[in-house]
Amino acid sequence: MNPSLSRLVAALGASLFAGLTHAAEVHIAVAANFTAPINEIAAAFEKASGHKVIAAFGPTGGLYTQIKHGAPFEVFLAADDSTPARLETEGEILAGSRFTYAIGKLVLWSASAGYVDAQGEVLRRNEFNHLSIGNPKTAPYGLAATQVLARLGLSEAVKPKLVEGTNITQAYQFVATGNAELGFVALSQVFKDGQISGGSAWIVPEDMYEPIRQDAVILNKGKDNPAAAALVDYLKGPKAAAVIKSYGYDL
Amino acid sequence: MTLSAVDLAAIRLSLELAALTTVLLLLIGTPIAWWLARTRSRLKGPVGAVVALPLVLPPTVLGFYLLVTMGPHGVIGKLTTAMGLGTLPFTFAGLLIGSVFYSMPFVVQPLQNAFEAIGDRPLEVAATLRAGPWDTFFTVVLPLSRSGFITASILGFAHTVGEFGVVLMLGGNIPGKTRTVSVQIFDHVESMEYAQAHWLAGGMLVFSFFVLLALYSSRRFKPGLG
Amino acid sequence: MNAVEPHIVSSPTGPANAAPAGGIHACVRLAYPGFALDVDLKLPGHGVSALFGHSGSGKTTLLRCIAGLEAASVGRIEINGELWQDSAAGVFVPTHKRALGYVFQEASLFAHLSVRRNLEYGMRRAGANKVSWEQAVELLGIGHLLERMPGRLSGGERQRVGVVRALLTSPRLLLLDEPLAALDLKRKNEILPYLERLHDELDIPVLYVSHSPDEVARLADHVVLLDRGAAIAQGGLAETLARLDLPTAFTDDACAVVDAVVAAHDKRYHLTRLEFQGGSVRVALRPEPIGRRLRFRVHARDVSLALERLDGSTIINLLPVTVIAVADADTPAHVLVRLDLAGTPLLARITRLSRDQLGVAAGKHMWAQIKSVALLG
Repeated sequence: MNPSLSRLVAALGASLFAGLTHAAEVHIAVAANFTAPINEIAAAFEKASGHKVIAAFGPTGGLYTQIKHGAPFEVFLAADDSTPARLETEGEILAGSRFTYAIGKLVLWSASAGYVDAQGEVLRRNEFNHLSIGNPKTAPYGLAATQVLARLGLSEAVKPKLVEGTNITQAYQFVATGNAELGFVALSQVFKDGQISGGSAWIVPEDMYEPIRQDAVILNKGKDNPAAAALVDYLKGPKAAAVIKSYGYDL
Repeated sequence: MTLSAVDLAAIRLSLELAALTTVLLLLIGTPIAWWLARTRSRLKGPVGAVVALPLVLPPTVLGFYLLVTMGPHGVIGKLTTAMGLGTLPFTFAGLLIGSVFYSMPFVVQPLQNAFEAIGDRPLEVAATLRAGPWDTFFTVVLPLSRSGFITASILGFAHTVGEFGVVLMLGGNIPGKTRTVSVQIFDHVESMEYAQAHWLAGGMLVFSFFVLLALYSSRRFKPGLG
Repeated sequence: MNAVEPHIVSSPTGPANAAPAGGIHACVRLAYPGFALDVDLKLPGHGVSALFGHSGSGKTTLLRCIAGLEAASVGRIEINGELWQDSAAGVFVPTHKRALGYVFQEASLFAHLSVRRNLEYGMRRAGANKVSWEQAVELLGIGHLLERMPGRLSGGERQRVGVVRALLTSPRLLLLDEPLAALDLKRKNEILPYLERLHDELDIPVLYVSHSPDEVARLADHVVLLDRGAAIAQGGLAETLARLDLPTAFTDDACAVVDAVVAAHDKRYHLTRLEFQGGSVRVALRPEPIGRRLRFRVHARDVSLALERLDGSTIINLLPVTVIAVADADTPAHVLVRLDLAGTPLLARITRLSRDQLGVAAGKHMWAQIKSVALLG
């Protein structure tokens, strides 16, 4: 055996050994609107811990159904707080593991610069044809939007102009393509590097709607996986918080 | 538990949309199918492929492109705005256009097959009996392709009733205007109102069964010459 | 009425003559991969002209060109003074504006219409009624079929309805594309008499496509031989059939056709005498009355030649003939001899040996012994 080959074998053995003692995999289910932040957080987490994160993305309701039917997820990051609460009462999670990892912020947004003023007066002027919102029955941001309109006393006035996206992504699409002049969307959809990335927006004051809490839980399948616990700890830490805020969420 | 007024409005809207789409598609699809059946042009392949695209494209893709092109910055949107019609998404007319694209292959392909099955000979026979091209089309081609028209109408209608992705992308879920049965079912399911969802979904199931039953029972008449 | 008589033979490859005032002039070129049609025909404007040839010779294609069904064809088509196509002048009258009747090879009735409505389809659109409904329906014997749907007709009945439907458009030219090809012998024999009546009773020129010598001999006045897209001979029926310069493919079935009149009936021996230009023959007793025109055919292989009149023979039909020419036949053992019987052409197929032993050569006077005669119709 020549020297270089023996070095290679030794290195291989060492890395295998390291893998057996430290590194573990964690399967997580993530609400689609949190895709970008979790990718950034997971990369940093993997670097720091040596664990590996395997993420599946989808609508919260869809992921819930999959979990109920035996999907192999160990950590679940939902887009609301009611779905994790429901899983908790159904005994699907590690008791006491539920926590709020991000609070969504509602924004009235238009793809056109200067269309939405900083106070949202554009709503009262009511000169638009279409106001896009998420479906209030199924999308938390849609529900929040109807709360804001009610606070402003505009529910009836804008009702004929409401168009609903099935989810907040579609509500955003209606506005982004210009088919609706403006719409209530998630700040995270139009926020990049600490500022609104395009168009014009009114960040709705938080006292005008119920907080849009996004909760996370450790599922029963992950209760004995140290990597799951490590990921949740990391999510609660300051490095993750910085990333989450940079995407337009509150904590 | 019975159907609510909102559910009934959705059913009515779906039926209206499907009926109008079918009529429009028969008017638009017949010349396209005729051309596809008769032409020897090199464009036959590409045009046939474009017509068949909705068969393989996810409806949300088609819906998204329609949303973009019919929006204020899109080609169609600019045109309709210039014509004083405004933009088409979130309107019944917009859904109608989306449905026409989406259900096109289900009407064009049966018609094309029916026209191809007739072949050249009956047209030549009609010409030797002094019938001009239009005359021949109405007195020979239409009667001989009757079963093709029945198939095309049934499939076009049924497929439009079952349309979901395109309506979702274009409609904006406006009750009485763009909220069709399939969207309503989706809403019920998403809101975990399973009882209402069952009523509508069961109705769709029965409807689809009878549509297909009618279709298969109608396939007895064979076109051609005696 | 027309300058071209049925018995005038025009050169198949000669330059185009000035178009006749009447008659059918079809100068047509059409090329497909692997096949080219190039013909220049001048046919009489009345009677039945047969387009005769093997399958693939271009008969049907030529007919389709005349009907305007081949859009790619180039040339000039004029029917009794009516111009249907002149590519040089950019004239192409579409099929539905050509006053023609067309009967296709296979069934071509509209399946969704009754026989009556099939007949009315063309009649209503043509407007003219040179041929009356009663006459046409009676002529082809389809009165009892009018309310039936095409699916309930036999092959022969369908073709008869097809002929009537074409006739009711009052065509200036009737095109029949092997109307009997898809029928068995029994059905052919059922429909042939109707086609003969058509010939006898209507003054509509007919172009009749066929690969059957029987049908041609029975129905045609004028014949065009087509081979690989070219007209290799055209002229009067008797004249053209008796030509010796045709490819051997046509000579295996070589025959002469003679138009005759019933001259006398011999009740004692059950024989009928048929007279024609240049002589007479006796055949088994015929039902036709004296004076009726009949056509018969004599196969070349049924004619033998003798230097003298041989009365000590069982052959009763002996005719004095003059040898016109001698040519190769379909086998090396035989030759084909063209004979003249005071104006009526005949063919004999004899061995090469006999030719040399008897010195058969042009100008020689001999006796023809006719072993059998096939009466047509």
